[in-house]
Amino acid sequence: MRILPLFAALFWCMSAVTAVAIEVKATVLRIDYPSLLPISRYDLKPDDLGFAGAALGDEDNGTTGGFLGHTYETATVAVSPEEADAAMEQIIADGVRLIVLMAEAPDILRLTDQAAESGVLVFNVSAPDINLRDVNCRGNLLHIAPSRAMTADAVAQFAVWKKWGDWFLLAGSNPEDVKLADAYRRAATKFGAKIAEDRIFADTGGSRRTDSGHVLVQRQLPLDTQDVRDHDVVIAADETDYFGRYLSYHLWIPRPVMGSGGLRPTTFHGAHEAWGATQFQTRFEELTGRYVRPEDYNTWLALRVIGEAVTRASTADPDGVRDYALSDEFELAAFKGQKVTFRDWNGQLRQPILLYDGSITVSVSPQEGFLHQVSPLDTLGLDRTESSCQAFE
Amino acid sequence: MKRLLLTVACAALTSGPALAGKAFVSNERGNTITVVDTETWEVITEFPGGNRPRGITVSPDGGTLYVCASDDNIIRVFDTETYEELPSLPSGPDPELFILEPSGKRLYIANEDDNLVTVTDTETRTILAEVPVGVEPEGMGMSPDAKFVVNTSETTNMAHFISTEDYTIKHNILVDQRPRYAQYTADGKRLFVTSEIGGTVSVMDIAEDGAPTLVGKIGFEVPGVQPEWLQPVGAKVTSDGKRLFVALGPANRVAVVDAQSLKVLDYILVGQRVWQLNFTPDEKFLLTTNGNSNDITIIDVAAEKAIKSVQVGQQPWGVVTID
Repeated sequence: MRILPLFAALFWCMSAVTAVAIEVKATVLRIDYPSLLPISRYDLKPDDLGFAGAALGDEDNGTTGGFLGHTYETATVAVSPEEADAAMEQIIADGVRLIVLMAEAPDILRLTDQAAESGVLVFNVSAPDINLRDVNCRGNLLHIAPSRAMTADAVAQFAVWKKWGDWFLLAGSNPEDVKLADAYRRAATKFGAKIAEDRIFADTGGSRRTDSGHVLVQRQLPLDTQDVRDHDVVIAADETDYFGRYLSYHLWIPRPVMGSGGLRPTTFHGAHEAWGATQFQTRFEELTGRYVRPEDYNTWLALRVIGEAVTRASTADPDGVRDYALSDEFELAAFKGQKVTFRDWNGQLRQPILLYDGSITVSVSPQEGFLHQVSPLDTLGLDRTESSCQAFE
Repeated sequence: MKRLLLTVACAALTSGPALAGKAFVSNERGNTITVVDTETWEVITEFPGGNRPRGITVSPDGGTLYVCASDDNIIRVFDTETYEELPSLPSGPDPELFILEPSGKRLYIANEDDNLVTVTDTETRTILAEVPVGVEPEGMGMSPDAKFVVNTSETTNMAHFISTEDYTIKHNILVDQRPRYAQYTADGKRLFVTSEIGGTVSVMDIAEDGAPTLVGKIGFEVPGVQPEWLQPVGAKVTSDGKRLFVALGPANRVAVVDAQSLKVLDYILVGQRVWQLNFTPDEKFLLTTNGNSNDITIIDVAAEKAIKSVQVGQQPWGVVTID
């Protein structure tokens, strides 16, 4: 277990804003699961994954808080899955009631229920599972991370905008891949695309990459993608990252790849510059010495939600933060060209999804022309009528 | 229709100032400054403006042009007659917007990356002070009596009122998300602060001693335009204090607001992603920079109509005019 307290710099000044001293304590709890190395070395996880974003969020909140008499203290804790329950217990015992969780869905659900007894507000910054926004939603659980439905819809809208209506869906065989493939099937139905070919690419285990492994990939993948019906685009559903990255340039029929390879949906990446994001990037790099990861952006955003609620509603009480975040007054600038807000019926943050090719932002969904009676952002993910979540009623 | 447009253009020309004025447009992507004749609306020339030129202003005598060269981390200085580059001014990192005090002596610069406002002496070319402000300082406004400089911080979402006497913050006012620009009325009694993501303009009354009170917010609504795209950025108010013009970014419109009643009277269609705007010195025309259509739109202020667009360099950002 590692605890790194981050103390915000504090400077006082005369203020026309009514200053009420508030101490805001938050903790980022990250569960580190045993995992295989990623296909690309660029995706190796830094030790401070997510925590670096929290450090920046804490610093940004602290700067604003300095003008209002608000102080922020954000701790970060990394544990193994076995240590998670004890760590949560300790964080609660330390008096923290605002907790940012980086974990898989079953752990998020169990820890959120454990924390609910103490009135804790939890922010999910990692788990994309639709059921957490649906049957398994919780009134004390807000989702910063987009759901698989949101990211799949973001990809689907771009495909439809491009008039790539016939898809070759190539799905992995691990449970997460299967869930992601389901999200793409759902997105195809929702936006009128056709899945011309629906195939499984089985995970046979072993390492993701080997020295000069590309030789074998180059010979094998074209064979595995032969004899498919006509399609405009290949949609890879490979959340566990064992084949999606190899698909571009190795298909039998040359087609663009989207999803888990080629053009990928993400909340943020280190080259995103639009809407003032360059300032975020330089601040982050100066503070942490590396490029930002989506996990860092998500934790930063969770802390900014807390900061915004404290600033506007003058409360660090978990119910107060939650109520403000879910209210009509809440709005937050997040370097995505429009304000982000919460769906008050399942606690999901509405946000644009970036489509990233590994070096630049290629496009941003929702795409032009996809409309919704509440917000175009609600064309991404579960809509109110599709969700059976009742914890927010 | 053609004839009508021509008549309007002629009327505009004949009612223009006796001496040909100039507009200087900073082209953020093109790394140039475009010079436009404000009588004929012809482009006179385009010259290198440093890397990523954004904020742009002139000395009180109109002879010296100052440009925030954001990626060079300096203020580039040019002669407005010869376009010759003069010695640069230190600015602190990533200068975006600045404001020159009426005497022309001190320049107040927002440093986006460092949460600072830098005060630079234009004569000695030295930094006089660095004032810590909120996260991502951007907009800079100055009270007409030059006693206060107002900085807006985009992530902290405040207007910080900095005393020009001792360089300390005297007041902070929370505004809506991502405040971009601060503009006082000429009598100093009112201040407008635009919020790009919040979609509003915060209106403050300013007391004799400079203390602000938030009195209202102006919202915008255009049929057929998604509310998300109504993003107020630049703002200018006529010197009689009657009209406020607000650039609405990707809505491609300038809002015309009654600066007294705060009612939005009209929306003028201009180029794409309208960012900043500025009057000609006689206030007959208002020029807007349209970043995505690479042009400026000229608005007849009295008629409250757009009369012409002029192609400039790539991604025009800011504009300033001289007699």
